[in-house]
Amino acid sequence: MRKLVSFLVGGIFGTGLLLSGMTDTAKVQGFLDFFGDWDVTLAFVMGGAILPMALAWRWTIGRRPVLGGQFPVQSGTQLDTKLVTGSVLFGMGWALVGLCPGPAMASLFWGGLGGIVFVAAMIAGMLVAPAIAKRLDAGPAAR
Amino acid sequence: MPIDWIMGLIGGLLIGGAAALFLLVNGRIMGASGLLGGLVDGSGRSDAGERLAMIAGLIVVPGVIALAMGGAQTHLTSNMWLIVVAGVLVGIGTRLANGCTSGHGVCGISRLSLRGIIATLIYIGAGAVTIAALRSIVGGL
Repeated sequence: MRKLVSFLVGGIFGTGLLLSGMTDTAKVQGFLDFFGDWDVTLAFVMGGAILPMALAWRWTIGRRPVLGGQFPVQSGTQLDTKLVTGSVLFGMGWALVGLCPGPAMASLFWGGLGGIVFVAAMIAGMLVAPAIAKRLDAGPAAR
Repeated sequence: MPIDWIMGLIGGLLIGGAAALFLLVNGRIMGASGLLGGLVDGSGRSDAGERLAMIAGLIVVPGVIALAMGGAQTHLTSNMWLIVVAGVLVGIGTRLANGCTSGHGVCGISRLSLRGIIATLIYIGAGAVTIAALRSIVGGL
C-alpha cells in the first residue's frame, strides 16, 4: 500500500511539473533572469504547490499518518555551512541549464540525451556529497 | 502570458497535492533530491521500496503523458560540458543542503521552516547571479 501511494505521489508530482511548464528549462531560466525578460510562471507554480501543503501541515497537528508511523519532525532552525554552501552550489547548477532534480527525473524518458547525462552527473554529485559534508562538518581546522 | 500562469497554478496545485498526499498518508516529505539521494548513497536503504516506487511514478507517468501529447519541449542546452557541470553541482548542492526546490521550497516553506525559507532564498539568489553572469559573459542564455 505504501509503495502504491508512493508511485501515485510520484505520478501526480511529475504530471504537475509537466503541466506547469517546469520541465521546460527556458521557463526556469526565465524566472531566474530577474534583470532580463523575467518569466514569473515559477512563482505561480510555487504558490500553487505551497497552498495545499500548508493545509496539510495544519491537519497533521495532533494526528498520525494514515498508514501509521510518525510525521517528520521539523529539522530545527540551525543555519549551518552545509545548508548555505549546498544551496549556493545547487542554485548555480540549477541556473546553468534550468534543471533541478524533480523535473530532471520527470523528463528523463523524453528529454533526450542531455537529460540523461544531467541525471547521471547529478547522481555522481550525490555520491561524492557525503565526503564533502564530512569535511564541512569537521570545520576549517581540519581542512 | 496569463495562460502560462494559469497552467503554472494548476500544475503547482498538483505538485502540492502530491506532496500533501505523501505527507498525510505515508508521513513523508516529498523531496526529489532526498528520495533519490538516499538511494544513491545508501542512507535510505531501509525504505528503498517506497523511494523507488515514488521515483518510478515521477519518471513513468509524465513520460507517458508527454509521449501521448506527441512530445514536449525541454529547451535543454546541447552543450554537454555545461550539462555535466550543472548536474554535478545540483547533485552535491542538494545533498549538502539536504533539499531542493520540492523539499525546501514546497515542503519547507509551507511549514514556515526557517531552513527551508533561507535555502530557497539562497538558491534563487545564486541562480539569478549565475544567469546574470551567463548573460554578461556569453551574451545570452
